[in-house]
Amino acid sequence: MTPAADPLVAVRGLSVTFPDRTGDVRAVRDVDYDLARGEVLGIVGESGSGKSAAALAVMGLLPAGARVEGSVRLDGEELIGLEDRALSRLRGRRIAMVFQDPLSALTPVYRIGQQVAEAVQAHNRLSRDEARSRAVELLELVGIAGARERAGAFPHELSGGMRQRVMIAMAIANDPDVLIADEPTTALDVTIQAQVLEVLRTAREATGAAMIVITHDLGVVAGFADRVAVMYAGRLVEQGGVDDVYERPRMPYTMGLLGSIPRVDESGRRPLVPIEGAPPSPAHLPPGCPFAPRCPLVFERCHEEEPALAAVGGRPQLAACHRAAEIEAGGLAPEEVYEVRSSAPAPGAERRNGRPQVLRTEDLVKHHPLLRGAVFKRQVGTVRAVDGISLTVGEGETLGLVGESGCGKTTALLEILELTRPQGGRVVVLGRDTAELDARERRALRREVQVVFQDPLASLDPRLPVSDVLAEPLRTHGVARERVEERVRELVRLVGLEHQHLSRYPQHFSGGQRQRIAIARALALEPKLVVLDEPVSALDVSIRAGVVNLLEELRERLGLSYLFVAHDLSVVRHVSDRVAVMYLGRLVEVGDVDRLYGGPAHPYTQALLSAIPVPDPRKERTRARILLPGDLPSPAEVPGGCRFHTRCPKFAALDAERRRRCLEEEPELRAVGPGQEAACHYAERLAVV
Amino acid sequence: MAKFLLRRLASSIVLVAIAASLAYVLAAASLSPRSNFEGRNPPPPAAVVERELEARNLNDRTPIIERYGAWATGLVRLDFGESWDGTSVNAEMARRIGVSLRLLIIATILGSVLGVLVGAWGAVRQHRFSDHAITFASFVILSTPVFVLAVLLEIVAVGVNDATGVSVFEYTGEFTPGLEGGFWTLAVDRLQHLVLPTLTLVLAQIAIFSRYQRNAMLDVLGSDFVRTAQAKGLRRRTALLKHALRTALIPSATFFAYNFGLLLIGATFIETIFGWHGMGEWFIESVRRNDVNAVAAVSCFAAVLVLFAGLLSDLAYAVLDPRIRVGA
Repeated sequence: MTPAADPLVAVRGLSVTFPDRTGDVRAVRDVDYDLARGEVLGIVGESGSGKSAAALAVMGLLPAGARVEGSVRLDGEELIGLEDRALSRLRGRRIAMVFQDPLSALTPVYRIGQQVAEAVQAHNRLSRDEARSRAVELLELVGIAGARERAGAFPHELSGGMRQRVMIAMAIANDPDVLIADEPTTALDVTIQAQVLEVLRTAREATGAAMIVITHDLGVVAGFADRVAVMYAGRLVEQGGVDDVYERPRMPYTMGLLGSIPRVDESGRRPLVPIEGAPPSPAHLPPGCPFAPRCPLVFERCHEEEPALAAVGGRPQLAACHRAAEIEAGGLAPEEVYEVRSSAPAPGAERRNGRPQVLRTEDLVKHHPLLRGAVFKRQVGTVRAVDGISLTVGEGETLGLVGESGCGKTTALLEILELTRPQGGRVVVLGRDTAELDARERRALRREVQVVFQDPLASLDPRLPVSDVLAEPLRTHGVARERVEERVRELVRLVGLEHQHLSRYPQHFSGGQRQRIAIARALALEPKLVVLDEPVSALDVSIRAGVVNLLEELRERLGLSYLFVAHDLSVVRHVSDRVAVMYLGRLVEVGDVDRLYGGPAHPYTQALLSAIPVPDPRKERTRARILLPGDLPSPAEVPGGCRFHTRCPKFAALDAERRRRCLEEEPELRAVGPGQEAACHYAERLAVV
Repeated sequence: MAKFLLRRLASSIVLVAIAASLAYVLAAASLSPRSNFEGRNPPPPAAVVERELEARNLNDRTPIIERYGAWATGLVRLDFGESWDGTSVNAEMARRIGVSLRLLIIATILGSVLGVLVGAWGAVRQHRFSDHAITFASFVILSTPVFVLAVLLEIVAVGVNDATGVSVFEYTGEFTPGLEGGFWTLAVDRLQHLVLPTLTLVLAQIAIFSRYQRNAMLDVLGSDFVRTAQAKGLRRRTALLKHALRTALIPSATFFAYNFGLLLIGATFIETIFGWHGMGEWFIESVRRNDVNAVAAVSCFAAVLVLFAGLLSDLAYAVLDPRIRVGA
């Protein structure tokens, strides 16, 4: 173990089991770790790895049915088995917790000020007024502007980022010794995530608390944690200092995780390292090492005996792998452990010139009227969801469309998929103006434009077996019966599934396999253009890489064009040739992927890119973040002039004379260099990643 | 908020008017006060019958629309007209309304409060013995018609009275006629009469409310915000009461309005069984005696109560749930 003389928290042999009629679900198995005073420990794992259950066990907040074994000591005091009364005295005062979803984690019927005050009063004899004013102080500390007034707001009146700040205010209300943050930024957009991480830093400085940060995002903890522990199938499989684990991972699973994430700071089409298969169900763990079925280094012993967490290489680093010593001795890198297929060279800018356009939009507009009144509706406003965007997708090209939630990217995509005359502007698909199509032509054109949605479980009919899911578009478009069956078999092979999968139903597949089915369905009619709406954001990290690689491969083999809509800029960098950045219904920057990521010119793009954490601890510690103030304004109240000026760091630094232009004149996209356009009056390229 | 309630109040008044009108038309069309005179021995002269009916706006030879017009004009002045035998409907209503309201109000308050508590308790103890016992008892009560329940309770009461040798429970009328004594004697006497009918109604209410509340509570028990409350340092019981139950009350507010109709029907049976001279008993008598105006008056009373309950539940909803206040 880490030679911490007097750990603040010592966890030994912690196990959590959920009894179930079909067999016990062993969510957490034999977890050991220490947390020193003031230290930050990152616990990384995919969904179902048991990372949240382990944290809730420490807090004694697991549901009543859970069986908890082992020991958790806080300053030497045993917590497991304490009664509710004793535990409630510790919770919030010595150990506090920030939960993932700040909407459901706040009681909807109480004002936020009350909820924070309640946390204060739970451990202090304070009058109502004293608690209230302490609550306001706390809300100020976590950066809620106008805290006194905002304290009277209900949770539903706040944005996600604000709610998470309230959660943090509650957690630090009593100066805890330990702060556990369970996926504190997962539900948030990147710029808001950067704000919240900053607040967590402030909170830590204010309280001096030790922290446990639980996340699936290796980037989030890289710059934040001192030590990191990787969890898989309920166990810790690797543990050590951040630098050691990120630079010299010694457990193949950690290597796979690090290799499978696309990097926002790396150019070129480095193929991702996908980990085969999916994590095992905690109810049916394989014998031996639970990672053995997916491990490239597997040998006989792995199936027989589960490896213990043991020191490697004389560093304070532990890995649970029979072959850790070999990996250490050979200094193996992830690319050497995982077999990496070399991918075809990326189509460069030169190949794009003169290629026919598959899709073009000109000043595409979609406004929704805001109506009031029950019987007589009157318009009280306009939601300017898409407010004039022009973009093109060339043949064989991938255009990444990025922006935060609420920026209008999904609306834009649905408008394009309608294939009808848009509310304003033009949509041209394969040289055909959609406004001029008749019903038959439109139907014919639909074959050429297909879509893959974010959530494959919701977009696949649960009552249809896979064979019918895939055959449906073919039958709809009148493909001959014999041909349908043949085509379905082709499609299944194409996306890397097996024939025997055809008779199963979507819910019997893992998330990654389901998304493969959705992709196969989109490809059934051999389209030219595939619109991908957040195709990998619902998938676990280790599975994501496989789907991304599949999309790449299919594009090259079938000569597809993609319109790739996503909020994850790392994935977009990895798959796109060109990128368009959207803010409040407008494009603010468009450019070749390497130009745009290498030197974004619009302040919004710069802030977005700088907000993304990179899974590289050394780099992460030295990066300066451009923090955007506040939240995305409502598209019903678009600011005048440049619509970004309310949050723009550049605008804030301008003198009054130059500001006037931003306030009065809406900037158009204009070239800032070869293959890059930005809609900013004062655009300047700046390296941020 | 006030605007929202005023709007609701206005629409409730319109609904009461519609409900009362429909009830009057239905009663006037289907009941025949004339037969009351015809059945007499010796039969009164035709002219007398005609005059009597005419005087009370009960003549079936007058077009129904005219009779409705006359009734509605009276109603605007809050005059419900006369019974077929010439007594004032208003006077009779004044005598009976308090009797019914006493039963209904006590049953509503006790039934909903106890029902909510029992249901919440059952949810917290889900799958344990007490939960199973509550569930079983609720289903037994729910599947027993009110009048059977009333009779069963009467039998139990008789047993208790016999065993103790004192009449602890009274089960006829709402007080003992002719009883002399001070304030306390009379109060205790009324209480003795009140227990059984109220208990019958309350039991049924608890059974329904507890089922509903248990489900609402189960929905929020696993919520993240209950866990947050505990993470702050609240005891589990406090978190359950202050956060879970408080939130789970919101759907029950809606249920309250729908349930009130059921309560009225139950009260009608109970008044008849226990010999209470309330609105329910009056309704049944009036139908039997072809008393159009009295039937219309009781229907009007029921409509007002149901819509008032609806208004109350709107109010409760708005107070309980801040999320709907904004749009109101």
